[in-house]
Amino acid sequence: MLEIRNLHAVIDGNEILRGLDLAVGAGEVHAIMGPNGSGKSTLAKVLAGHPSYEVTEGEVIYQGKNLLELAPDERAREGVFLAFQYPVEIPGVSNANFLRLAYNETRKHRGEEELDPLEFDDLLREKMKIVEMDTSFINRSVNEGFSGGEKKRNEILQMAVLDPRLAILDETDSGLDIDALRIVAGGINQLARPDNAVILVTHYQRLLNYISPDFVHVLYQGRIAKSGGKELAHELERKGYDWLKGSVAAA
Amino acid sequence: MSTIEALANREYKYGFVTEIESEVIPRGLSEEIVRLISAKKEEPEWMLEWRLKAYRQWLAMEEPEWANVAYPKIDYQDIIYYSAPKPKETKASLDEVDPQLLEAFEKLGIPLTEQKMLAGVAVDAIFDSVSVATTFKDKLAKEGVIFCSFSEAVREHPEIVKKYLGSVVPYTDNYFAALNSAVFSDGSFCYIPKGVRSPMELSSYFRINNSESGQFERTLIVAEEGSYVSYLEGCTAPKFDKNQLHAAVVELVALDDAQIKYSTVQNWYAGDEEGKGGIYNFVTKRGKCLGRNSKISWTQVETGSAITWKYPSCILQGDNSIGEFYSVALTNHRQQADTGTKMIHIGKNTRSRIISKGISAGRSNNSYRGLVKILPKAEGARNYSQCDSLLIGARSGAHTFPYIEVGNSTAKVEHEASTSKISEDQIFYFNQRGVATEDAVGMIINGFCKEVFRELPMEFAVEATRLLGMKLEGSVG
Repeated sequence: MLEIRNLHAVIDGNEILRGLDLAVGAGEVHAIMGPNGSGKSTLAKVLAGHPSYEVTEGEVIYQGKNLLELAPDERAREGVFLAFQYPVEIPGVSNANFLRLAYNETRKHRGEEELDPLEFDDLLREKMKIVEMDTSFINRSVNEGFSGGEKKRNEILQMAVLDPRLAILDETDSGLDIDALRIVAGGINQLARPDNAVILVTHYQRLLNYISPDFVHVLYQGRIAKSGGKELAHELERKGYDWLKGSVAAA
Repeated sequence: MSTIEALANREYKYGFVTEIESEVIPRGLSEEIVRLISAKKEEPEWMLEWRLKAYRQWLAMEEPEWANVAYPKIDYQDIIYYSAPKPKETKASLDEVDPQLLEAFEKLGIPLTEQKMLAGVAVDAIFDSVSVATTFKDKLAKEGVIFCSFSEAVREHPEIVKKYLGSVVPYTDNYFAALNSAVFSDGSFCYIPKGVRSPMELSSYFRINNSESGQFERTLIVAEEGSYVSYLEGCTAPKFDKNQLHAAVVELVALDDAQIKYSTVQNWYAGDEEGKGGIYNFVTKRGKCLGRNSKISWTQVETGSAITWKYPSCILQGDNSIGEFYSVALTNHRQQADTGTKMIHIGKNTRSRIISKGISAGRSNNSYRGLVKILPKAEGARNYSQCDSLLIGARSGAHTFPYIEVGNSTAKVEHEASTSKISEDQIFYFNQRGVATEDAVGMIINGFCKEVFRELPMEFAVEATRLLGMKLEGSVG
């Protein structure tokens, strides 16, 4: 589904990704871990096409297409979804209107009929149950005045509605209490199907108590320093990241 | 700001010129010209006298310079003060209207022929200096509602005009009001009799066609006891390189328990990207809540004009009267707007509400200027003001000048203000959900303006939304 080869990316003249390789197949859940500043969030944003980052080298093939050639909104309509680490507030735009527009844009792109506000309302209420969100959020402005946990849940709600092929979750677990973490993890698990793929960017192992990744990768200084199965996450939890320095030097 | 700066204006779709033979008077302003305009309109003596007093007043006045706008000095001798399509005189019925004019208005989306008229909206269509047609007059007359051109009102209803003309905006009021009072050509007149709710919306459509002339219309709306009227005006002009002056006066009078709702969608030509051409929109609009429990509500969506200088205001004289001002002012490229309102509380328990939304894009400058004045006898007066500014791009400006004068200690005055910016991250958020940048900007702007849009009559709210989107096309992207 996704093939990243030798990816280099810079922001404000600083190279953050320095030759990253990663392959993600359909039906797989990948966890990307690593210390602060290793490039985890950069990877997530570059895949989504954030305009502040410049790709200087390498390629990203997504479902047979050159992802880097697509505009951010085209990537989204092709099924790439990013759950933001810090979702922005959009005053004056209701959650319902925002999501319906987003949903219908993707439907149009796929040549499907758009849903009218009533039909969409039914869908939205259904999906809100997954993230245990109160229906009063439907008419509130997007993320405005939401707590940190509510914003993260709102991201998962959007993901549930948009039903992406490739979901990238950027530290969705950070700042969540145990209950919220359980809810968020539940939403992610619902998405994990044989035809979808999930990339979980996370700092801590604790999300992985709820979601079982097929692969764990450690990002260090802009490259994948080590890959393994679920047990790698536990090893990191025990040892921290310092022991990786040697392995990168060796690589 | 890579994405938020590139949006360019879509072509101004009302920029065409109608090739029509016009009767124009010589350029310039003098007592002779004032007399000539009055004679053209076959006015009674009292009207001419009033014009001449205004003209002499104007000569003694100075052009105001306090607004936060800059423009080269206007040469008042270089303007043509009267231009009318030839040759037809006053029209008894629409069948007599020049087909070319009907066509011009149809192109503007204002069909005037009976079978195509918008149901529920009566239109007075004004082309340069004269009213060319007024629809649904008969239907309105059955309810006693008078809706006609100002010139006709002077001839047919002199007693009402005499009583109220200048009673809200005297010709001594300001420089542009004095100028208008001397040379005003046409405009609309509405009279709603006691206890009548106007059966349809009344509207005027102002069109400037001649490149050399200014437009100086005058509108008077009188709502008798317990009556209600909703009035809407729209305006467009062709694209000319030269700036043109539009100096209108609007007076509203609401008697006991009467309500006037006045909505404007202003889309005069704004000039090109470099600021060449466009209309100077220097307008005095004011309503007087003369009676108890009366209400005047202004809603304006200002998107056009090179310069806008306009403060639709309310004089709250009757006890318990209510004044409202809802405004969206959008400026792009080199446009300048200095707009706001004045709420003058005179009567007891008078209330006013001001909601102003300024949007600045390109290199434009957008100022809100407002006065809330509570006079000593205005026991229990209340005002709430909210002024929000939205910036698009890094080169536009937003300014707020609120003035508050409170002369009664029982008054409650609240003022809230905010300035925000459409951020790159907001746009990216929309993009990441599959929404294109233009749609994202449209949605953010609609959200920003919705408190004002919901005050507009339905059809016009849709039109306003579309218009804002069009004006900003390309300014974010």
